[in-house]
Amino acid sequence: MAVKKNTLAIKDQPKHLLGIQNLSIQEAKDILDEAKIFIKLNRSASKKSDILRGKTQINLFFEPSTRTQSSFDLAGKRLGADVMTMNVANSALKKGETLMDTAMTLNAMHPDIIVIRHQDSGAPNLLSQKVNCTVINAGDGWREHPTQALLDALTIINRKGKIEGLKIAICGDILHSRVARSNIYLMNMLGAEVNVVAPKTLMPKSIERLGVKSFTNMKKGLDGCDIVMMLRLQNERMQGSFLPSKREYYEFYGLTSEKLKFADKDALIMHPGPMNRGVEIDTKLADDINVSLVKEQVELGVAVRMACLKMYCKK
Amino acid sequence: MTEKILTNARIIDPSQEMDEKGSVIVDENGKVKAIGKDVKKTDISPSAEIIDLKNNILIPGIVDMKAFVGEPGYEYKENFRTLSHAALAGGVTSIVTMPNTKPLIDNVSMVDFIIRRGRDKASVNLFPSATLTREIEGKQMTEFGLLSAKGVVAFTDVVRAVQSTETMAKIMDYASDIGVLIMQHAEDYELSKNGCINEGEVSTRLGLQGISYISEKIIIERDLCLLNEFPCRYHINQISSKESLEAIRRNKENGLNFTVGVSINNLSLNENDIGDFKTFLKVSPPLRLEDDRLSLVEGIKSGLIDVIVSDHTPEDEEGKRLPFAQAASGAIGIETLLPLALEMHHNESLSLKKIIETLTINPAKILKINKGTLKKGSDADMCVFDLEAPWIIKADLLKSKSKNTAVEERKVQGKVLMTFLNGELAFKS
Repeated sequence: MAVKKNTLAIKDQPKHLLGIQNLSIQEAKDILDEAKIFIKLNRSASKKSDILRGKTQINLFFEPSTRTQSSFDLAGKRLGADVMTMNVANSALKKGETLMDTAMTLNAMHPDIIVIRHQDSGAPNLLSQKVNCTVINAGDGWREHPTQALLDALTIINRKGKIEGLKIAICGDILHSRVARSNIYLMNMLGAEVNVVAPKTLMPKSIERLGVKSFTNMKKGLDGCDIVMMLRLQNERMQGSFLPSKREYYEFYGLTSEKLKFADKDALIMHPGPMNRGVEIDTKLADDINVSLVKEQVELGVAVRMACLKMYCKK
Repeated sequence: MTEKILTNARIIDPSQEMDEKGSVIVDENGKVKAIGKDVKKTDISPSAEIIDLKNNILIPGIVDMKAFVGEPGYEYKENFRTLSHAALAGGVTSIVTMPNTKPLIDNVSMVDFIIRRGRDKASVNLFPSATLTREIEGKQMTEFGLLSAKGVVAFTDVVRAVQSTETMAKIMDYASDIGVLIMQHAEDYELSKNGCINEGEVSTRLGLQGISYISEKIIIERDLCLLNEFPCRYHINQISSKESLEAIRRNKENGLNFTVGVSINNLSLNENDIGDFKTFLKVSPPLRLEDDRLSLVEGIKSGLIDVIVSDHTPEDEEGKRLPFAQAASGAIGIETLLPLALEMHHNESLSLKKIIETLTINPAKILKINKGTLKKGSDADMCVFDLEAPWIIKADLLKSKSKNTAVEERKVQGKVLMTFLNGELAFKS
């Protein structure tokens, strides 16, 4: 009797999307397959569905965000959920409320899904222990940004047909990048070979233990790559102890059409945005629709987030 | 009190090279009257109390060189009474209290307060330390002479290191003349800025700012360089890495005189134990690689490390139920110090004598206090434990006011049965 009760309780537990690290290959593939259906819906005249009708989705953003936040907002709305977005960055925190207090307050309102963005690594994990709804990580500290990696994977599949066997270079500020980490896990999982390229001061320790090859040189790192993912270099990292100057960074690590030639001749460029034109990427190259997938990434982001919301929301 | 005799004990007292079956007689003043295998029941008066220890181990009461008591200012985390209970349950009879209270223990009147308050509320021997610098700002040294006259046994900024080389040089120069003990927390802040765990694979995976071993090593190297010029009583609170140990080895081989401690946390855990953001394992210095842990154990064996401390740091739940980077640092440990240390006996990496030595006579010698020994005439502070008894550590059953143990659910072997303070039974399990 006791055993039965127990299994029921586990079944009743909400599922969370906290990171690619916690995902199985099958789960990742299921999300991507589901997302393909939503690409079509998003391109049709009537974009609305009622899959999440009656469900409440709260977007809890402790860190400012434009594209991720609007993407989740739109995704929820297109699925028919009631979406509320809270920018906690400038309200409760100033009053001394902790993440846990905020979580308990929101939990009392019976949401079905909380989408969280937080500046501290592990914050979504902590939140998921305290609420009884689904938690979806929209980026935590330097740790993970799972929906970004999933949308990147979908974009690649859309253009290259597959991920298995591809060679992918991730370039730039790897140290502070959650996008890099999630992509490393996901691309590895889906069978790609991953190179990371960064100056030594922006390369995390023991990164090769995550299953990548690391390079400090764009020529070597991009060699034969099918996809070149550029990362945003935040302004504050350009001076001080990480790098000597913007100019020097651009010279050695900024993606230009010359450097792109080190990669495969059909190589495509990706960027999670927002871009620093003329810092990590040449502005013309960024807009070149023949090689840049940046716009497509944003478009497919909505589809991937719809898939995640649908699959993780408790029925 | 009446005279008492503790019989059928395996007495381990490294201060007198003793490891033998025997008895201890405690006189009516709470001092050791006789000890060892030659003590016989007939040596005492017929009215004396007889306690049969049933072949369990008897050692001098443990001397813990680093524990935080919440008074004054942090009574909600720990107070003298709760700390005493936790200590006695762990076989600890002497504690060096840390001065990073609120207000700080950095002047004579605060020391008076601590001593008075401790005398009224504590049931263990307290040895207060004072801050090394005023306001632990690392700028101006405290009144070493006046404070030590009041009973301060050591000077430390606890979780802060003096960053200025000039200040540190002056401190050591001045201290070398007065003869006070300096206990340094070795950490270069610029290198460890915003860091919360060891820099390596785990910090990369968890997306947390790491702390490189260099931040510890560089302060050790700097201080030892100064020590060469200004030979004072210098002790490194806790080291955490293989590289620090190497620096220590090199300097000791060059004839430099200083002492070194290690926290039980760094001896019994490594960075992988942090798992999925377990904030209770956020400690300072951070847990490092298994390789580092093993070399620290080796460091004790070879005598490069003199002391094991509990680094007892009570924190309430509020401080720990936060994202890892924001969570408070530290773990309680005074009650679990001995059983965790005994793990190194059970897994055959250290001898029992060595372990007991680092917990009793070594800290007492460094502090120049008359503890950690059961030589005839000393205070009968004693701990009796069953070496083999298995148990599982449960936070709720620990006596500390705060429950932030880093070893919840750990299966350990070795249980404190009785603790005596000045010959009086102060704890019985």
